[in-house]
Amino acid sequence: MYRYDEFDFAFVKQRVDEFREQIERRLAGELTEEQFKPLRLMNGLYLQLHAYMLRVAIPYGTLSSCQMRRLAWIARTYDRGYGHFTTRQNIQYNWPRLQDVPKILEALAEVGMHAIQTSGNCIRNVTSDPFAGVAADEIEDPRVYAEILRQWSTLHPEFSFLPRKFKIAITGSPHDRAAIRVHDIGLRMLRDESGAPGFEVVVGGGQGRTPVIGETIRKFLPSQHLISYLEAILRTYNLLGRRDNLYKSRIKILVKQVGIEEFRRQVEQEWEAIRDGWQLDLPDAEVTRIADYFAPPRYEPQEAIDLSFATAQRQDPAFAQWVRCNTFAHRQAGYAIAVISLKPEGGIPGDATAGQMERVADLADRYGFGEIRVTHEQNLVLPDLRKADLPALWQALVEADLAVPNVGLITDMIACPGLDYCNLANARSIPVAQRIGQRFADRALAEELGPITLNISGCINACGHHHVANIGLLGVDKKGREFYQITLGGRADEEAAIGDIVGPAFSYDEVVDAVESVVTTYRGQRQQGETFLQTYRRVGIKPFKETLYGTG
Amino acid sequence: MQSHVMTANGLADGAVVYLHASGRWVRDLQQAVVADTAEGCAKLEALAEEAVRKRLVIGHYLFAVSLNESGPQPIVQRERIRAAGPTVGTDLPAGRQDAEV
Repeated sequence: MYRYDEFDFAFVKQRVDEFREQIERRLAGELTEEQFKPLRLMNGLYLQLHAYMLRVAIPYGTLSSCQMRRLAWIARTYDRGYGHFTTRQNIQYNWPRLQDVPKILEALAEVGMHAIQTSGNCIRNVTSDPFAGVAADEIEDPRVYAEILRQWSTLHPEFSFLPRKFKIAITGSPHDRAAIRVHDIGLRMLRDESGAPGFEVVVGGGQGRTPVIGETIRKFLPSQHLISYLEAILRTYNLLGRRDNLYKSRIKILVKQVGIEEFRRQVEQEWEAIRDGWQLDLPDAEVTRIADYFAPPRYEPQEAIDLSFATAQRQDPAFAQWVRCNTFAHRQAGYAIAVISLKPEGGIPGDATAGQMERVADLADRYGFGEIRVTHEQNLVLPDLRKADLPALWQALVEADLAVPNVGLITDMIACPGLDYCNLANARSIPVAQRIGQRFADRALAEELGPITLNISGCINACGHHHVANIGLLGVDKKGREFYQITLGGRADEEAAIGDIVGPAFSYDEVVDAVESVVTTYRGQRQQGETFLQTYRRVGIKPFKETLYGTG
Repeated sequence: MQSHVMTANGLADGAVVYLHASGRWVRDLQQAVVADTAEGCAKLEALAEEAVRKRLVIGHYLFAVSLNESGPQPIVQRERIRAAGPTVGTDLPAGRQDAEV
């Protein structure tokens, strides 16, 4: 993975020193809150319902074990002993004190981390496939380009005050695990006829109050032009994007207003103007230099079929279920990818205690190559595991309460912090997730239901990705009471779709029963071997409406 | 007129605080001063603005409460959660050892 050089360390340290001074000036009264707020937001520090919240960037969701241990130490030393992994592959601390923030940032800087651009109207942390570099279906490791984009976008002077925040996601695989079609810019790696790598460039996707599936602005962009083309998109947006209306300021609104054809024309025109003269193309040597950081580790040749692994699955059904649900195909024979679910029954989606973080770091060192990933579904990943080590790894995860076999199942919910923590929320998300987790605690039943994504947002900003869930819940406020609107049929992958609103919202007390009713309807309508989405696409929304509302 | 309480967050720690009759800021909603006239609300507003100038609190505002024998009770869920802490079960609010800012 990428390691800071002297310049990176000096830059981040300088930034910590700058923010420390700004905090001191705020506490001394030299800065008003109005003056200080944009400065703290640029450093990832929000004020939420109960306390400040610090959002720390985890570039494209990749962490070293050393960095994870530092996150655990910060949780224990300056917070309440846990952290919350987010849908942007970041981590949030819910309870830091203002005067401790410089010390936290200093501790992060020592391990090559920071909180820069985790807020504000700038290019946010670039997200990527959590299986990047190890997925069996991958063309190339997208983190090479994610890192190049990180360096390009960090404190980019022209793009530090965009009309609104800007999110980029990148995948190197045909199967989209990074939800690229609901990002401001989505990049999907392809090869041209000659085998050279490039990207399909998708623009104008997003969730929030106006959910939009992004449109393809360029079917194939040779990879060496990545920076110049993105520069052209950002310049066009920066110039034309609305700044007079917060709700119409994202690039998706601009693309909808001018149309993809006209937007493409303007971007291409800008690109023509800057492409050759600005020397923005990526030199091969620089791409190679960055790619070297992501070179595969030294895998040991493994037996194609590991008998001990197969035997362990036969002997222990619980282990076998975890293998079925939580492990995925690795590009290297004899190796596997394991997802560590942060969705225990009745737990808080995405939360990990300091002890759990340390355990995961230890396991990454012991059984992997010291690398960990964060998924946008709020889970963790150990990307490089010998299949022969999986029984021992699983046993260690069981002991740490980290072996829930529910990845991709109904209880693997995305949930935003909601009204329990967030200043913007209208309704709680986490307790609803906890109750759904308890309702579907029967692991055999959850597996029998097959893949179902169930996502919960506590307000229309849609941080919980409810629009692109198979079953989405959106919290709304009705005269001071929490209600939840249900959407069905959304998905976030390469066939991304926005869910359909099924009908009037359900109260906090009713919503879990309503979810169960949706599941019961699915089971009643399901043909053998169908997933929830397949059934929904075949039968449509009507049977679900009928069981929920008794109408057609 | 609907009864109101003045709330804010502490500048140093971001904690939820309420204005007390003495002009101090306390963590316990039950100890908050209640205004039920426009003049009373204006007075709380002035005290809060003074506290902002003194860098004690940020983000102050008045919110509606009902009254019962134990004191002011929030009407909307947001204020109930601010007063009592997250409802998620495993992340209880901080102890009352530092009850004032």
